[in-house]
Parts: sequence; C-alpha cells; structure tokens
Amino acid sequence: MKPKNELENQGESVENHPYIPNELWVKCPVCKNPVLSSDLSENLKVCPNCSYHFRLGARQRIEITVDSGSFEEFDADMMSTNIIDFPDYTRKLKNAKLNSGENESVITGKARIGGCEAVIAVMNSQFMMGSMGTVTGEKITKAFEYATEYSLPVIVFTVSGGARMQEGILSLMQMAKTSGAVKRHSDAGLLYITVLTDPTTGGVTASFAMEGDIILSEPKALIGFAGPRVIEQTIRQKLPKDFQSAEFLVEKGFVDRVVPRKEMKEMLTRLLILHGSVPAVQESDETDTQKEGDEQ
Amino acid sequence: MSAFDSVTAARANDRPTAIDYITRIFGDSFIELHGDRRYADDKAVIAGVAELGGRAVTVIGLEKGRNLKERMERNFGSAHPEGYRKALRLMKQAEKFHRPVICFVDTSGAYCGIGAEERGQGQAIAENLMEMMTLKTPILSILIGEGGSGGALALAVADEVWMLENAIYSVISPEGCASILWKDPTKTAEASECLKLTSQDLFKLGVIERIIREPKTADSIMFDSFKTLISQTIDKLSAADTEAMLNKRYNRFRKF
Ligand SMILES: [Zn+2]
Repeated sequence: MKPKNELENQGESVENHPYIPNELWVKCPVCKNPVLSSDLSENLKVCPNCSYHFRLGARQRIEITVDSGSFEEFDADMMSTNIIDFPDYTRKLKNAKLNSGENESVITGKARIGGCEAVIAVMNSQFMMGSMGTVTGEKITKAFEYATEYSLPVIVFTVSGGARMQEGILSLMQMAKTSGAVKRHSDAGLLYITVLTDPTTGGVTASFAMEGDIILSEPKALIGFAGPRVIEQTIRQKLPKDFQSAEFLVEKGFVDRVVPRKEMKEMLTRLLILHGSVPAVQESDETDTQKEGDEQ
Repeated sequence: MSAFDSVTAARANDRPTAIDYITRIFGDSFIELHGDRRYADDKAVIAGVAELGGRAVTVIGLEKGRNLKERMERNFGSAHPEGYRKALRLMKQAEKFHRPVICFVDTSGAYCGIGAEERGQGQAIAENLMEMMTLKTPILSILIGEGGSGGALALAVADEVWMLENAIYSVISPEGCASILWKDPTKTAEASECLKLTSQDLFKLGVIERIIREPKTADSIMFDSFKTLISQTIDKLSAADTEAMLNKRYNRFRKF
C-alpha cells in the first residue's frame, strides 16, 4: 500500500486549482523560509535553504534507501491488541492505523542497498510516535533472528518516543527481548548499523538504538534517554541549546557520524561492502539465470 | 490491597533497602567494591562480593538510602550511567570467576539529568541488557521496592526474577502515566491499576517467577527464610549446563 504523504496530497490538490494555495508552501521550522512542497519532496524533505531534515515517513524512507523493487516486507500483517486491557488503547490503535496507513510502528524486511543484501527495520513516527509495543519488539526481534540465520547485516532506522505505556510491563520487556536478538546477531560476527533519526528517545535509545556496531544519525536529530521536558522538570532548569542533538552525541562519543540524508544510501553501501557484503550486479543476475536455464 | 497501596508501600521510607538485604543475608562476608573504571563511583549502586552457603557470589543493589542524608548521597537510588557500568563491570568479573550474580532492584528509575545524558544513560542501559543476556553465570534479580522502567530492567535481565509482595515493576511511574493519559498527575491510583504493576499482576503475566511474602514488619525470620530460598535457587541455577541456561534465559524474554 502506498504511504500517505501530506505533501503529496497537497500536490494533487494543486492540479485542481488554478491558484496556488497556501498549503503548497511549507514553512521551514528552522530558517522560517517558505519552501515549495514539491521542491521539498524532490530534495528528500530536506530544506534547500538551511538543510533542516523534515521527518520522513517509513515507506518514503525505504523508497529512498533501498534499490528500487528490492524490498520484501516481513510480518506486514502482525498487529497489536489491547493485551493488558488498557483504557482507550483499542481506539488509539485504530487511529494510529488510520493515520499512518500501517499496522505497527515499525516496518521490517529484506532489501538490497547499493546491490548489497541486508535486513532492514524502519520505525514510523506516524504510528503512536514510534512507541515500542510488543509487536514492534517482535518484528524487530524476528528481523534480527532472520538475519542471524541467513548471515545478513541489519540496518535499523530509529524514531521513537519510547516505550508504549498502554502495553505496560510487556512494552518494557521488548527492550530485553530485542537486545537479546541483537546480541546473538552480534555474537555471530554480523554487522548491525543503526541510523538514528529525529527523535529517538526512551526505551528505544536504551536498547537497540544504542547497540549498533556503527551508529549513524541524521543531522540535528534529537537523541536521548530522557526527553528534554522530563530533564527540565527533574533539574528545574533550562537545557542548553543543541543538548541531545546528534552533533552533541558525536562530541560526547555516543554516535559515530552525522550523515546527511542525501548521502545516507552511499554511506550505508560503503559500510556494507567494507564489512564483506558483495553487491549483486544486475547483469550477472541475468547471466546466472541464463546459465541455470541452459543447464536444464 | 489496591495497586496504589502497593505503590505507597513500595516507596515507604521505612521499607528495607538493598543495604538491609545485603547486611541481613550476607552478613560480614560482604566486601564492597567501587567504581566503573571509566568515570566515577556511583553511590546509587552498591556492589561487591560475598559468601552464600559456602559459595562466592557477586551482589549488586540499587540503593535508595535509609535516611535523608543517605538518600541525598545515593541520589535516591537513581543511578547515572557509571552506576550501570559499575554493575556491568562486576557482572563481567563474576563471569570470569564463575560466581553467580544476585541483584536487588529498588529505583524509581535511571536518573534523568544533564550529566546522565552526556555520559550515555541510554547506551549504558542498552549495554547491560545485551551483556546480561549472554553472561555465562547464573543471575537472580529480586525487586525489593520500586522497579522503575529501564533503570530497573538494566539489573533484571536474569534467569529468575522475583518480587517482594509489595514491590512494583512498571514501564512508567503512575504519575507519569496519569499526566499523559488524563493530563492529571494526581490520578495515580487509577493509573496504578491500569499499568498492572503489582507482584500479583506480574506473576500472572509471566514476568516474574516468584512472589516473596512480606511479614507485617521486616523481621529476621523473613530474612532467614529468604536467605535459604536464595541459596537453594543459586544452587539449582548453578547446576545447569551453561548453554542450556543461556537458551532458557533468552527464551524467558523472547516469549513476551
Ligand atoms: Zn530551512
């Protein structure tokens, strides 16, 4: 199913109107300049003036990251239920599905990136702010177990407000469950790259987001264990500017590199190849098929 | 007893803390060890080596402090990254010397502050979760008071997890839950019910193996029988084949 993209929808409405509606312009929250939404989409939702990285939906993220047509989704039908009978959760889940067009806060699968095969998981801020429920944890765990079984690298794009309160302690248990699967994958000598995107906080930061062999981040992403408001309430003072930004985490030694969105695919490809991935070439695939055909 | 009664009891100032358990169970055999070898010694975590039933063990506790002065010193049991790193250092040491690990968990949560973030609170907890899952020695974790989210879990990836009858274990504090859910942090009683955070609830959900009954006052009889129970369990866990133990530990969390 095609992801919902508010900018695209606005684009469609343009064709029906002779006048350019205001909605066609998006105000950049950082430089405050208006940006034409079609320009923004073409620019991978990065502000052409100040390089602010707008949040990207999970489907769009997959589209710009993997080789065209190579994505095979895992467990697309897996859905959360109101396991501890938490007030209003059933309705919230229903709304999250409607708003995001997805069944959960993460999409997992197998794909090729620059020709290199990898298992990927992409979290989705449009589904309950990427919170970690049991199905989120299960899909990520299964993705790692698959990668371990087939000796594949894993790339996880994180975005999360943290644990999913509505699943109580079972949400907390996902931190241990996913960490166990990451550890087994790691012990098998396989590569795990995390790509932190804005925002990555709470239980996701305190588990698989910080467990990558290599931890990359998009520019200016907010990354932390506690959210800035919680910290300000605890210490009763204002936080310094850019505290918990990706750049701050590089400085403090918790992120390897900040990588702009436009360079991410190339960076991932280079890292995969340096860790032993062999990019498949389109032509050689055809030759292989030919050969098999000949032998038969 | 309502869920909120448990919350109140778990947080009560006169409730025994990790030091009480360590003193009453391990007596003079406990030798405290300090520091994470990277940054500092976090007093919210008390850790060391001790003897139990003729066997050397590693003991790690989240310590809230027993009076105001101690509570200030120990940051009310809310550890910084160096606390979790001290715990991990001693767990790795336990693995090296084939000693079982016993953890006493009592914290409202990992500390949320500038230094904690700067030194990688998330990374410190994450590393403990990963490393504990494959630590080649038995781990028993006992929630004695508050089990506050990731800060508690970072000492509770274990072969068995127990709870004192009135301890609580939750993904978020009832206050936090109430303010998000109803924009009203005073609705803690309702939130406590919703979160399923009591020992009974967690036993039903399969999150813990055992509930330790609490007497009206924490007397020595309770500690004596508790000590015997811990000792027997450590013997049982230590008798198992390491690979089988690790598979069981993985599946213990894999099922959720
Ligand atoms: Zn801008």
